This record gives sequence, structure tokens and C-alpha cells, in this order.
Amino acid sequence: MMSAADLAAIRLTLELAAVTTAILLVIGTPVAWWLARTRSRLKGVVGAVVALPLVLPPTVIGFYLLLLMGPHGPVGQLTQALGIGLLPFSFAGLVVGSVFYSLPFVVQPLQQAFEAIGERPLEVAATLRAGALDTFFSVVLPLARPGFVTAAVLGFAHTVGEFGVVLMIGGNIPEKTRVVSVQIYDHVEALEYAQAHWLSAGMVVFSFLVLFLLHSRKRGSVR
Amino acid sequence: MFSVVRRFLAATALALGGAHAFAAEVQVAVAANFTAPMHRIAAAFERDTGHKARLAFGASGKFYAQIRNGAPFELFLSADDTTPAKLEEEGAAVAGSRFTYAIGRLVLWSAQAGVVDDKGEVLRRAAFAHLAVANPKTAPYGAAALEVMHKLGVADALAAKLVTGENIAQTHQFVASGNAELGFVALSQVWDDGRLTGGSAWIVPAGLHAPLRQDAVILARGRDNPAARALADYLRGAQAAAIIKSYGYGQ
Repeated sequence: MMSAADLAAIRLTLELAAVTTAILLVIGTPVAWWLARTRSRLKGVVGAVVALPLVLPPTVIGFYLLLLMGPHGPVGQLTQALGIGLLPFSFAGLVVGSVFYSLPFVVQPLQQAFEAIGERPLEVAATLRAGALDTFFSVVLPLARPGFVTAAVLGFAHTVGEFGVVLMIGGNIPEKTRVVSVQIYDHVEALEYAQAHWLSAGMVVFSFLVLFLLHSRKRGSVR
Repeated sequence: MFSVVRRFLAATALALGGAHAFAAEVQVAVAANFTAPMHRIAAAFERDTGHKARLAFGASGKFYAQIRNGAPFELFLSADDTTPAKLEEEGAAVAGSRFTYAIGRLVLWSAQAGVVDDKGEVLRRAAFAHLAVANPKTAPYGAAALEVMHKLGVADALAAKLVTGENIAQTHQFVASGNAELGFVALSQVWDDGRLTGGSAWIVPAGLHAPLRQDAVILARGRDNPAARALADYLRGAQAAAIIKSYGYGQ
């Protein structure tokens, strides 16, 4: 059965995924909107940076985050100057790592949803003298709702499944940075295969259900 | 250029002709703490015998799981003495081929000069945010570190400051990058040619923890591979002993 440590890891993982998803929706929305509408030459650069975590090995992301956020790195020196202290080995550090790691999973569905809206509804809103913000909240948000659901679900699920980055910057501290994937790894390393099975099977079921719901919803909706 | 061509021809001949009696290849799983010395030993071994050693580095627990599930390793250099014994008991290793190739030394190390004193008093003062150790559940160096802290009576006071590396290599990375001010690592990681490579350190007296006996064993897959046996012999020879000692290991 699952131990108290396993349950603590599950709670921490869900917390991390929830906080990360919330932050990603807030910062991902303007980025995705800009990417969907802009004709700037920077579009290619920003789009590539957003997509980087898709192709980079998590060990690369984790290693550079560890150096950047460390006492000799620029981010680490900034956080120290601001009195926040250092981010590695803390929940806040995991959130920063996860936001970067799951960024494309939120930005890309949003960008596609915004692009699918097209020019027409925006032009209509403009002739009705709706301001930019009004248009965004009254027209764009309702039309892009399926995109937001997809983005939130994928961002959440991908953060739950994170391993390499957390391992590199987390330090495996119970109830602070020891998430489910790290706990599973520990069980396997310690040859505690029974406990590893409980958590691993749970992850498989969770991931399947998330993707199943997402795909059933897509088939049902008219897009 | 010619040496490249020659090596290519030799490799082709080897591939075509199968394993010759004079030059075979051995797949080796090596504990992470033994990375640096093993690179040098393998180079000397290849030069002296003509055999080829392919090295994989990692945590011993992970290697155990992989070996039990059919990984193609032929020789296993573990970070402890229990895992090779377990493999031998389970028939996954050649009976009677087990031997101690090195005895590990634990060191309390900081990448900064002047942080760690040569008595380890820094542990009692506890004026730091993070102390890195290898996972005590899976890494022998981590278990030894915990034992030392218990003996010194500082284990409870320091519990909240511990950060855990997956293996000793990651623990070293936490300290080397400065994210943890200090940590318990393997002496071999910060020691070269009888000297500390940088920072400040306390070499933990061997009496403060159970000996870190590191055993090697020939695995079932390497039973008939002359290179596996040759490397096992080489590890016990004078050449290897000098290299192993230069990294601060006992034998």
C-alpha cells in the first residue's frame, strides 16, 4: 500500500501542477495572443524559445536552471539581492522550473485557438466600438474556451509527469521537492518494487484518464 | 590519420571475425563515484591488453535493476559490497568472482575555501542553508554520511538542511555549483594526485562509519568473455592500484 511519504509526494505533485498551471495561463495568454497576431520578425525567435522545452532533454534544462539560479548565476544573484534567497531546493524553484518546462504545452494550444478565431470577429467588435480589452474578454475568451481547457489540462498533466528537471534542481526534500516521479525513482533504486508499482500504476491510470477526457471532448465538440 | 584508419580496420576485423582470443570487448557497469579513476584504468587496460572496455556510469541500485532485467553488462563495479553479493546469490553473477577493488573515503567538502575546517566543526556551528548528501536509502556514501552525523550527534539538528542527490555524482554537482554550501561526497571526486582539487574539505576519519567496501563481480553474461576476466584481474594489479590510490581510495 501507499505510505505517508507516498501520499505526501502525491499532494505536493498536485500542488505544484496547480500553481504551475495557474501561472502558465496568466503569462501564457498574452504570449500566445502576441504570437497569434504579430507580424514582427521576432515571432520566429519567441516561438522557438517557447518550443525549446519540447526538444531539450530535461537534464539540460535542469542543469542550466541549477547554474542560473545558483549563487553564481544571474538569476540567483538577482533573487538574493531581492531578499528571496536561492531558488534551488525550494518549492518556488520547482515552480519556476516547471513553468519553463511546461510552457509550450500551454502556449501552443492557446496560440492555435487564437489563430482559429481569425480577423472577422475582431473587426465586427471594432465596428461596434469595443475597446481592445473589451474585445478580448467579450469576444476572444469565449471563442477560445476549448483552447484554454486543452492548455490547462496539458500544462497540469505535463507538470505531474515531470522528472528530470525536478531531480536536478529539487534536492529530493520530503514535502518540499519530492514529487511522485522522484518518489517512484527512489522506490525503484531501493528495490522497493511493490511501492513503485502502486505509484507507477497510479500515474498510468491518471495520465490515461486525462488524455481520454481530452480526446473524447474534442471529438464531441464541433471544431 | 593512419591510426584512425588502422583502428577502423581493426574494429572491422573484430566485427567480422568475432571475438579473437587476443582482443575482445567487455561491457562494464561502474558506480558513479569511481568514474574518474575508471576512465584512466580503462585507458591503461586497453593499452596494455588490446581489449576494449565499454563503460557505463550510474547508481548501483539502478544497475542492479537493469542487470536483473537483462542488461548486457559483463562486469559490475558496485559502490557497495551487498549488491554484488545479492547478484551472486541470485545466480546473475559468476560464483566466486567477487572481490573488493577499492575502499571508499568520505569527505565533507565545500567548493569555497575556508568553509570546511579540518575537524568538521562546521557541522556543529551549522551556519549554512544546505548540506548535500547522496540518498542514504540507495547510495552507500549517503548512508555513511548519515552514520557520521549520528556519531557526531548532529543528525537531528541538520535534518532540515539536508538536500539529497540521486547518486554521489549529483550530490557533487549540488556542491560544485554552490547551491549547497557543503556536502558529503566521495574523496575520489575532489582528489587528484594526492591533493584536494579545490575548495575546502574534511576527510572523514574512517572510524566514524562502516567501511565503504566497493566490490566488483563478473556477471553471468561475461562468464565466457576473456576480456571480462582480464579486466577483473587488471583491477587487482599494480597498475590499477596506483591509479586507485591516487584518487584517495584504500585497497
